[in-house]
Amino acid sequence: MAEFLMPSLGADMDEGTVLEWLVKPGDEVRKGDIVAVVDTAKAAVEVECFEGGVFGSVLVGPGATVPVGTPLAVITPGPMAEPKAPAVSAPALAPGPPPPSPASPKVPATPPVRHLARQPGVDISQVRGTGPDGRVTHADVQAAAATQRRPRVTPFARRLASELGIDLADVSGTGPGGAIRAADIRRAAPGAKAPPAAAPPGAAERPAVPLSAAAARPEPQPEAEQAAERQAAMRLAIGNLMARSKREIPHYYLSTTIDLEPMTQWLRSRNRELPVPSRIVPAALLLKAAALAAREVPRLNGFWRDERFIPAEHVHLGVAISLRNAGMVAPAIHDADTLSVADLMARLRDLVARARSGRLRGSEMTDPTITVTNLGDRGVESVFGVIYPPQVALAGFGKVTTAPYAAGGLLGVRSQVTATLAADHRASDGYTGARYLEAVTRFLQKPEEL
Amino acid sequence: VTPQQAREQIGPALTRAAPGSDIDTIDPGTDLRDALDLDSLDFLRFIEILSETSGRRIEEDNYPELATLDSSIRFLAARLPSQRAGFTWQRAALRRFTSHPSGCTG
Repeated sequence: MAEFLMPSLGADMDEGTVLEWLVKPGDEVRKGDIVAVVDTAKAAVEVECFEGGVFGSVLVGPGATVPVGTPLAVITPGPMAEPKAPAVSAPALAPGPPPPSPASPKVPATPPVRHLARQPGVDISQVRGTGPDGRVTHADVQAAAATQRRPRVTPFARRLASELGIDLADVSGTGPGGAIRAADIRRAAPGAKAPPAAAPPGAAERPAVPLSAAAARPEPQPEAEQAAERQAAMRLAIGNLMARSKREIPHYYLSTTIDLEPMTQWLRSRNRELPVPSRIVPAALLLKAAALAAREVPRLNGFWRDERFIPAEHVHLGVAISLRNAGMVAPAIHDADTLSVADLMARLRDLVARARSGRLRGSEMTDPTITVTNLGDRGVESVFGVIYPPQVALAGFGKVTTAPYAAGGLLGVRSQVTATLAADHRASDGYTGARYLEAVTRFLQKPEEL
Repeated sequence: VTPQQAREQIGPALTRAAPGSDIDTIDPGTDLRDALDLDSLDFLRFIEILSETSGRRIEEDNYPELATLDSSIRFLAARLPSQRAGFTWQRAALRRFTSHPSGCTG
């Protein structure tokens, strides 16, 4: 029996929230199948399972937030093995509204254990029971109490709590990291509306954790507030990762101005022939050149792990995508060096659309071997980026401008772009970085070959 | 196409290209890309949708004319009919030319 764990979807992820299960107990799953959607501070991510078999039982229901590495479900290896696992014959995961109130004492636990949980303020519905029938044991509560951190409280929630006269110690948070949000305060307020009551069949038989689904699927929150919380969580995640990068990685930076006149001209004539939906933006060509250069200079394409550089076999190009006012993500375009420009363009559009409104995949979040940031659209000339650990390099492109440029002994007005490289000095030296930018420059002089 | 009709094409196109954007809230004279935080992919999507709904292919060379809401309205409202007429006329001329090649030399 294998456990399907909460995956780490990037170096900046400590915990995740199960948003949705896409398979149900008894379903046969193959390695790589998308089985669940997990929400991180940065995006809703479709996660693949790493083992085939029969999907046995769900240990963590929709809405619950758990640390990375927490078992989420049980997968029984081998085709069509009967999902006869103990304790878990029941959890029919019906779609639809979550089960009723988190306060309802459906968590299997004995009264003494319940009492024990009350002391350190452990939310028993959040504790995964390891006893028979998923019962929450003494040890479970103690473990939960030991690992319990002081919950964060959003400023708005704190204000609301003081206005409503609610003790924050009585409120269990459903935000990222167990943070207490305004919705939690409202629910804790006397006379609060009960959450949707229409429990799906079988809901009563769910094991401990899924009950918390009700707590984590709060009643509709004002959109602005939700967005603000989301943004705060995102800033925290980005901040932590970037602080780690700057703390651990000795960055060095290089910059060069690239003549883009050949590329611009080629693109203009190409786009005149293409149907509008197939039109190519300059960023696609810049990305392709960056990917080809990464293949040519493998020392910059890979990971720094355990005090050594591990080259990557493929070029999975991370693309920094602005989520407008809600932060950014840098998911991968797989094997970007092997894609035609048209394919790369299609993948880029798809990736950006999914990052902003839809869903990213787990592999896209974890795979990037080198990242490109392109701030050209925002009008800046150059960007010196911060490397995403454990990657060892980040290439940047600024705005494509027209400027005086000496080429072939003549001064002309030509398109150009400033390309930069931030690289990890532990893995490479400036000489290697210079070769990378030279390669990018060279590839961009022959756009038709990209 | 009247200015009002043009506006009715532009509004939904922008909303589809950049969800959440509302043309009623922006200064019609400012750059759309700045006002709505559009990147090159968003702008391409806007052009793509507008090309589709207006029934006319918008070239990259036209992009400067679609920089602001006002200029986009002007572009669609004022130029579309005449361009269409011009296009039809050219096609007609081309048909004549290709069907009677001898008429040209002699």
